[in-house]
Amino acid sequence: MNGAVNAAMSGNVDVSTLLPVIWAALIGTAVALYVILDGFDIGIGILFPFARNDADRDRMLATIAPFWDGNETWLVLGGAGLLVAFPRAYSIVMPAFYLPLIVMLLALVFRGVTFEFRGLAQRKPFWNAVFAGGSTLAALCQGLVLGGLVQGVKIENGAYAGGAFDWATPFGLMCGFGVVAGYALLGSTWLMMKTDGELAARAAWQAKELLAAVLVFMAAVSLYTPLAFPRIAQRWLTLPNLFYLTPVPILTLLIAFAQWRAIEARREAAPFLATIGLFLLGYLGLVISTFPYMVPPTLTIWDAAAAPSSQLFMLTGTLLLLPLILGYTAFTYWLFRGKVHEGATYH
Amino acid sequence: MDHVIDHFMALDPVLLARLQFAFTISFHIIFPTFTIGIAAYLATLEVLWGWTGADRYKRLAAFWTKIFAVSFAMGVVSGIVLSYQIGTNWSHFSAVAGNVIGPLLGYEVLMAFFLEASFLGILLFGGDLVPRWLHVFSAVAVAVGTSLSAFWILSANSWMQTPEGYTMRDGIAYPADWFAIIFNPSFPYRLAHMLNASFLTGAFVVLAVGARYLLAGRHVEEARTMLRMALSLTAVLAPLQLLIGDMHAENTLKYQPTKIAAMEAHWDGSQPAAFEFFAWPDEKTQSNLYSIAMPHLGSLLVTREWNGLFPGLNDVPAQDRPPLPNVFFGFRIMVAVGMYMIAAALFGAWLLWREKLFETRWYLMIVAQTWWVGFIAVISGWVVSESGRQPWIVFGLLRTADAVSPVPGASVATTLILFVVVYLTVFSFGIYFINRLIARGIQETELAERTPQLATGHVTFEQAP
Repeated sequence: MNGAVNAAMSGNVDVSTLLPVIWAALIGTAVALYVILDGFDIGIGILFPFARNDADRDRMLATIAPFWDGNETWLVLGGAGLLVAFPRAYSIVMPAFYLPLIVMLLALVFRGVTFEFRGLAQRKPFWNAVFAGGSTLAALCQGLVLGGLVQGVKIENGAYAGGAFDWATPFGLMCGFGVVAGYALLGSTWLMMKTDGELAARAAWQAKELLAAVLVFMAAVSLYTPLAFPRIAQRWLTLPNLFYLTPVPILTLLIAFAQWRAIEARREAAPFLATIGLFLLGYLGLVISTFPYMVPPTLTIWDAAAAPSSQLFMLTGTLLLLPLILGYTAFTYWLFRGKVHEGATYH
Repeated sequence: MDHVIDHFMALDPVLLARLQFAFTISFHIIFPTFTIGIAAYLATLEVLWGWTGADRYKRLAAFWTKIFAVSFAMGVVSGIVLSYQIGTNWSHFSAVAGNVIGPLLGYEVLMAFFLEASFLGILLFGGDLVPRWLHVFSAVAVAVGTSLSAFWILSANSWMQTPEGYTMRDGIAYPADWFAIIFNPSFPYRLAHMLNASFLTGAFVVLAVGARYLLAGRHVEEARTMLRMALSLTAVLAPLQLLIGDMHAENTLKYQPTKIAAMEAHWDGSQPAAFEFFAWPDEKTQSNLYSIAMPHLGSLLVTREWNGLFPGLNDVPAQDRPPLPNVFFGFRIMVAVGMYMIAAALFGAWLLWREKLFETRWYLMIVAQTWWVGFIAVISGWVVSESGRQPWIVFGLLRTADAVSPVPGASVATTLILFVVVYLTVFSFGIYFINRLIARGIQETELAERTPQLATGHVTFEQAP
């Protein structure tokens, strides 16, 4: 790793130094897009038990039905992208988080089929519960994996060397609840934007409580990680880093404040956009804490990288196809723009 | 069989990982097989509707779109699982082969999955929100997406069967020639065989539904259209499949002769092979028990010569042989089902040509019941292909036993049970709901109702808010 950093510093940047950085940025973007996009539709599931009635639940589903499949595809891209660009990280992370990952996938199975099954079923309460349970469990597991990654993964001889339950710590659980609250916040602000009437009013009220919860979790992670992990304290709390990095928490607080006002004022799009802002800043904080490690505390993006020719072959396709993908994703969001009014169902 | 149970009780991670992957991938392949076929059918219906303006095509498209949506959702969720299981169950495989396999899967996601997902949204929920041409275009885009997905995943699978275009350094595979990797020797045959299988599978379901409606006197006009379309397609594709399968076998003989030996239960390579109609290939005695065989027919089929020789199982050490019953019986089931499909397709097409089809109730009653034949053929065919590759995960390059993740057997056993419970539950509901959709029949206005914004007259495509 030091070799790569020195090469980068001295200006002799070669392909095998640069490609992993580009790929880390690309996968980071895919993960961020996944978290935001699938975040709001998983959030709808987390909010499902708290809806007034099935008519409201029909509307909640109608706001996300055309999008969920595309949203979840970013998760596949995250997994496949990791295998493409960082096969060594993939081969360590997957076994390390074997149980939470598989439970998450099964939860997503239940949740995904609900979109089609619920509309055809006679017993809605059962599928309401399946949708809510699957969504909440998926979010919880994603938080557990996130927490486990931040804590670090034990590696020996290039393979995972820890136990089956290394991820099961209080910190991991805290991250799990944090992700549940965060997705629910995305979901509630999405509803403020995409619905009206009593449903939107209720969502605004939920959004305020969830915003408070998310801020508590963000503060807890920000305080706990530098205390528990010296490498993170060193990254944030030494000079001159402290200088450059202070704006991150300050900006987070400013956005949270603006969001609170926007929710109170019952603005339509602003609360959702502010939630995205909060997510991106939290994400940035995690990147600052862990870069250049792909799998903390030992595996850097350069250690984990695939052969340059593999990264290059895939990069060519990505640069050609990604604009196209973003184009027709944006088109579907534009096509299904506007609010879903009372009385609308999608079946 | 006994030693399988022993390994299971001892929580052997390799066996458990294999069982789990075999279960999740067999379950998954049902849905892509069906949706590749039905997507092509939907695209055809939509194009015909756009072309002729005939209402029955629109009603049929709307009806099959609903069934497509349910199966596509099950295919998506069971497919996401697989993209992670390569790492959770076979992490050493992903470390060794990731440089080569990774980009093939990556291209599948970028070229196919996003295309399918986005345009499926328009297909399902676009209704009258979009102009007719965009609806037709979306159906075509989804169909192209499903076939592109097959292209890349079959390229990856074929590379595991017949790896080319790579070099090994320090136990890791590095790409040397991407063209040789993608178009590896078995890929064209496998792609043609699988795409054709998907179209046949879909067509036999359409045939069954058409026959069911016609027998019940429901939706007579649409039922006749379905029967005509399904039979014109299968009459060509079912015999063609035999030809493609034969070419595929010739390719396998060249690159994986042991797989052919296992398919034919052919032990002694120095003798011409018989064709075993039935047998129990026995590892202990290295012979076929309870054999009903036709001498020389095996040689004739495989080598095109009465006395033709090809390598037998005894030509490789026992630890390099695939599990014989899977490959041997899988092959026989696939071929038997295929023969039924050819007979049903050709006879049905003949009835259609003689204008007797719609009155031949006994024929309609049979094909109405055999909607599942394509699925059986596909699953047994994949058992031949994948079991036949064993004991290798990448043929000749990495053994399956060396590819497994460092995960305790207990974790794999627990999740295996979870997978079985969850998948069987979801699958039962899926079949139940698809059956309900078929029982409910073809309706007029289904598509418009699905558009959330349209249901309350909010927006249309032309008038931006």
